[in-house]
Amino acid sequence: MQTSQRLERRVRMRESIKDKVAIVGMGCCRFGERWEADIEDLIKEAALEALEDAGVEIKDIQAIWVGTGRGSQLVATGPPSAIIASSALQTQYIPVTRVENLCCSGQEALRAAAFGIASKCYDLVLAIGVEKLKDTGFGGLGEQYPGKWEPVYGAFGTPPGRFAMAATAYFAKYHLTPQEGKRILAEISVKSHYYGARNPKAHLRREITVEEAMNAPIIAWPLGLYDCCGVTDGASAAVVVPASEARNYRHDYVTIKGFAVATGPGWGKENEDYDFTYSAETEAAARQAYAEAGIKDPRKELDMVELHDCFSIAELFNTESLFLCEHGKYREEFTEKRAYYHDGEMPVNISGGLKSFGHPIGASGCREVYEIYKQIQGKAEEPSRQIKNVRLGLAHNQGGHPGRFVPGIAIIGAP
Amino acid sequence: MAGIVSYGAYIPIYRLSGETINKVWGGDVKGERAVANADEDSLTMGLEAARDCLRGIDKNSVDALFFASTTPPYKEKQSASIMAAALDLRDNIIAVDLTDSLRSGTIALKIALDMVKAGSAKKVLVVASDCRIAPPNSSLEPIFGDGAAALLIGEDEIALEVEQSYFLTSEFMDIWRLEYDKLVRTWEERFIREEGYLPHVRKAVNNLLKACNLAPKDLAKAAFYAPDARMHRDMARVLGLDAKTQVQDPLFGKVGNTGAAFALMILGAACEEVKPGDRILLANYGDGADAHVLRATEKIEKIKNKKSVTRNLQSKLILENYGKYIKFRSLMEFEYVPIIEPRTALPELWRHRNWVYRFHGVKCKKCGRVQFPIPKFCIYCQAGSEFFEEIPLSDKKGTLVTFSMDERAWVTDPPNVLAAVALEGGGRFFSQMTDRDVSSLRVGMPMELTFRRIRDALGIHNYFWKCRPARG
Repeated sequence: MQTSQRLERRVRMRESIKDKVAIVGMGCCRFGERWEADIEDLIKEAALEALEDAGVEIKDIQAIWVGTGRGSQLVATGPPSAIIASSALQTQYIPVTRVENLCCSGQEALRAAAFGIASKCYDLVLAIGVEKLKDTGFGGLGEQYPGKWEPVYGAFGTPPGRFAMAATAYFAKYHLTPQEGKRILAEISVKSHYYGARNPKAHLRREITVEEAMNAPIIAWPLGLYDCCGVTDGASAAVVVPASEARNYRHDYVTIKGFAVATGPGWGKENEDYDFTYSAETEAAARQAYAEAGIKDPRKELDMVELHDCFSIAELFNTESLFLCEHGKYREEFTEKRAYYHDGEMPVNISGGLKSFGHPIGASGCREVYEIYKQIQGKAEEPSRQIKNVRLGLAHNQGGHPGRFVPGIAIIGAP
Repeated sequence: MAGIVSYGAYIPIYRLSGETINKVWGGDVKGERAVANADEDSLTMGLEAARDCLRGIDKNSVDALFFASTTPPYKEKQSASIMAAALDLRDNIIAVDLTDSLRSGTIALKIALDMVKAGSAKKVLVVASDCRIAPPNSSLEPIFGDGAAALLIGEDEIALEVEQSYFLTSEFMDIWRLEYDKLVRTWEERFIREEGYLPHVRKAVNNLLKACNLAPKDLAKAAFYAPDARMHRDMARVLGLDAKTQVQDPLFGKVGNTGAAFALMILGAACEEVKPGDRILLANYGDGADAHVLRATEKIEKIKNKKSVTRNLQSKLILENYGKYIKFRSLMEFEYVPIIEPRTALPELWRHRNWVYRFHGVKCKKCGRVQFPIPKFCIYCQAGSEFFEEIPLSDKKGTLVTFSMDERAWVTDPPNVLAAVALEGGGRFFSQMTDRDVSSLRVGMPMELTFRRIRDALGIHNYFWKCRPARG
C-alpha cells in the first residue's frame, strides 16, 4: 500500500482533545549516568523545575501520573509503584498513579494527566516520566523480563538484536548493500550527536563522524555502537491545566492538539504480512493523532518532530511511518534534500533524540514534549539548535520492538 | 520376524580439530572430532537422529521409544518422554531411558527386537546418543566425540534382518563416572585393552559366529565399537577381518568415540554401503560385550540412499578455538554478570506443550492462514480459536526473512542470531538461529528447524525449537 493510502485510512473517535488542555510548565533533569542520584532525586529534579516554570508549588498539585517502564530495576519482582513519586515529592495523600506502557510510559503519564484535566475532575496536575537504568551493574537494558513469552519463546531478545532485524530487512527490501545501509544509519547518528553536542542536558555530547559510526564495534549486526541510544538515567515532568485557565499561569503556554496510542496486537514477528521495515503501530497512531489535530499533510503542517530513535534504524522507519516521507524514500529526503536537519524542511530530533539526549525509558516521552515546548517558546538553550518559528510539533514515543510496538503520539502547539 | 526398517544418524555440525587441541596442550593429535553445540545435549542430538530415522515414515506407527545414553540430561526425569513429545509421537506408547552402559544402544536394540517378535509392539524406535566429556588435556579428549544414531525396528519392510545375537555380561570396570562427575574416570589403558576390550569382544563375536556357523570371511561389513582407533585396528586383526574390505570405518579422527551411539552410528554408515544379501557384524562393548549378525534384504536399497552419516560428515563447521569448546561444555568458571536472573515456569511449558515440544501451529479455517505459536485469536482475521485446526510444522523447510546478530546477548556463543523464518506452506517462526556460519547469512537462504536446549533456569533445561541454515 502506498504511503498516502495508508495515511487516509479511517480513524474512530468521539471528540478531539484539541486545545482543551494546556501545558504551563515543564522540567527535565540533566540526562546521563547519574551515579549521584537515585530515582527519587531524578523525579524531584524534573518536577521542581516544572513546578517552578509554572509558578506553582507541589502542595497545589491535585493529582500525579508517573510513567516508568522498569523503575530502578533494583527489584527482582519488577517495577515499583507510584510511591516513588509521592515519596520523592512528599505529596500528602493525593492520587498518585504509576502508568506503564514500556518505552511509551512517559507519554502515557502525560496522556493520563491530560485526560484528568479534560474530564474536568482536576484543574492542576503533574505528569512525570522517569527511569533509573544505571544501578544494574551491566550495560544495556538487559533481556526481556520474565513474563508470558520468556520461558522458551523469544528468550534472549535484546532491544538491539530486535531492532537490527528491521535494518537487515530494510536493506534487503530497498536493495541497499550493508555498507550503503550502514552509511545512511551512520549519517542519522552523526546528526543526532551534532545536536546532542549542542544540548546542555543531553547525555552524549560529543560529535562523531560517519567513519567513526560505520567502524564502531558491532552491537547487533548490522547495528554498531553509534546506532544505539545511550543507556541513561533521567526524568522529565509537565504541569497540565485546562486550556481555558492557562493564561493565569503564563502567556507562552502550549496546548495539546492531538493524542494517540496505538497498541499493536503484538504478533508482527510471526505475521507473514509484516516485513519489519515499518511500524504499523506508529502509522495507526499517526492517523489518530493527525485526525485529532486536524492535520492533513503532516510534512507541510508540522514545524518539528521529536521521534523515538532508540536506534538509528528506528529514526529511519519511524520517519517513514509518521508519513513524513514516502516509504523507502528516506535516503533521498535525508541525505540528498537534508530535510530533517534544524534548517531543513522537516526538522527531526533536533534535541539530539533518544540517541544522543539519552533514553531513560519512561522519561523519554515526556522529554520529547519538553523539547517541543521549549522550541515553541524560543528557548532552546543553545541558539544554534533553535528552530525558526515553531508553532506545531509532534512527539512520538514508542515501546516494544519491530512487530510488537506500542507507540504514543502527542501533537502540541501554540494555542 | 523382526528387523531394522530404517536408520538415522546425527553428527553435530561443530568439529574440534587436533590442531586446535595441540595449540593448547601440545602434542600431535591429528584429525578432528565432533562437538555438540552449546545448545545441544544427548537428548537433542538423539532427537535429530530419530527425526532422520523417521523421515517418510508415519510417526503414529511407533509403539515404543528407547533412549540409550550414558549422559541423559536429567538424573531423575525421563528423556524419552521429552523426545517422544518433540517427535510428535502418540502418547499411548512405552518410552524408556536405558542408561549407564556404553552398550545401552545394542541392549535397547535387542529388547526392541524381542518386543516386536513377541507382538507387544509393531514398531519400536531405538535412539542412542551421547555427549560425554573427557578430562581436558587427557588422552581421551581428542578421541571422544558427540553424536547420535537411531534405528527403527519393525516386522514389515525390513532392510536388515537380525539373524542372531550373543550377549555377554561382565562386571569388568574400566571407564566410569560417579553420580556428580562431569568428566569420565578411567583405569590404565593397557588393562582395558588386555583384560577388557579385546577378550570380551572376541569372545562375544567368536561365540556368535560359531552359533551361526559363519566364518569371518562371510561378513561383508563389520561395524564395531572400540575405545580408540588403535584398539579398533587390533580387534579387526584379532577377529581375522580384512581392514580394507570388511571393516567399516569407525570414524576416529572424524567424529570420535560417541559412546552409546558409537556402534549404531557405524552400523548406519555400513547401511550406506551394503547390498542385498550382505551380512554385517555389529559388536559393542561395555560391562561385557554383545555381537549380532545382520543380513541386508532387498529393502536396503530403499534406505541406503539416505546417506545420513555421509551427509552429516560433510556438513561441518570447525571450532575457531579451544575456548569455544570450553564454553560449550562449561569447563571453566567465567565472569559473573549481574543480569536479571533467567526464569522459567513449568506450568507455562505444560500448558503450551503442543507448540513448545510438538511444534504444532494452527491453520485458521476462516482465512486459511497458518500461524505459530498458537495465538488466542487468528492473527490475520481475528477469528476465534474454535476455527483453529492444529497442524504439525516441525518438518517444514523455510526461508530466512530477516535476521540480526547480537554480540551482547548473554548466550554461550555470541552473536545471538535472531531470525524470522517463512515456513513452506505458511506460517512464520521467529526464533534463534543455531549451527550458523555468521559470515554466510543472507535474507532468503533456506532454513530448517531443530530442537535445542535454549536456556537453563531454576535447574530446568528449557527445550525449544530453533532454526538453522539447511544442512543439506
